[in-house]
Amino acid sequence: MNTDTRDSILQDIKEFLGDDLLELNLEQAYPLLRISGSKIYDTCRFLKNTLHFIYLNEIIGTDRFTSEDRFEVIYHLISLRDRQRIFVKVYVDEEDPLLPTVNDIWKSANWHEREVYDMFGIRFEGHPDLRRIFLPEDFKYYPLRKEFPLLGVPGSLEMPNTTPDHD
Amino acid sequence: MSLDRVMGEGYFTTTIDALTKWGRANSVWPMPMGLACCAIEMMAFAGPKYDAARFGSEVFRFSPRQSDVMIVAGWCTYKMSHAIRRVWDQMPDPKWCIAMGACASTGGMHRCYGVVQGVDNFLPVDYYISGCPPRPESIINAILKIQDKIKEQQSLKLDS
Repeated sequence: MNTDTRDSILQDIKEFLGDDLLELNLEQAYPLLRISGSKIYDTCRFLKNTLHFIYLNEIIGTDRFTSEDRFEVIYHLISLRDRQRIFVKVYVDEEDPLLPTVNDIWKSANWHEREVYDMFGIRFEGHPDLRRIFLPEDFKYYPLRKEFPLLGVPGSLEMPNTTPDHD
Repeated sequence: MSLDRVMGEGYFTTTIDALTKWGRANSVWPMPMGLACCAIEMMAFAGPKYDAARFGSEVFRFSPRQSDVMIVAGWCTYKMSHAIRRVWDQMPDPKWCIAMGACASTGGMHRCYGVVQGVDNFLPVDYYISGCPPRPESIINAILKIQDKIKEQQSLKLDS
């Protein structure tokens, strides 16, 4: 990895965020930064428009199962021009898990955010079509939360009718 | 007639039931329900090396209306279970079902909320094949067991 490019990118991010950059982890292969939740939309726009991170690879949800800031959402960004990869992380509270959508910055965020909503129940404000993406729409639970049982809730997913229909 | 040459002037008797069972047992056409990696072994089973044609089962019918035995090969989600049951209901009687591999039989390693823990929850399975995935010989064995089952059961009965 070209560390000079990476350092200049990180310097730009530090200047942009200031105190909102809560944590910067450089021990892993790619830089991982944690920012305050209120700045996520502005940071994403800055990263795309100024630092050319045009490719949103994935959005990851995590249940940390802590009493405060239970959920975390990680944005995995790639700059094809500079060959850089970066992870941006925000904490979300359990009471009202709500984040602004980045759908108008990267179109690919649409389905990623729907998946995070489906699995963790984190809502994305301003999302054009926030429905469940994998599970049935009348499913009441969020399966990747830690309190969800491994084998699911019996009867929550419908089985096919095994007796022939008589009229 | 060629039978005259073999039998001379003698004759033999059989039942229509035995004739039907003989015909059915030697033409068990599978309906491939390949859902995961087991389907690759199922294709090897039908291919030239293992040669299912020896047992009359080489014709994979992709229409449920022309097939006799459904081989459920792979793990089955709750979403997919509705489609499988629908295909099963379209198969004409008499029909048999093989649950191939650990996942189709019990859920296997997919012990989670989205996977049906065994297709026998919604299908009448006649034979379970163990293995992950099973070798093609195991599927041949299953077909032979199905043939035994066909030969044992009453093939003709009056409609009530």
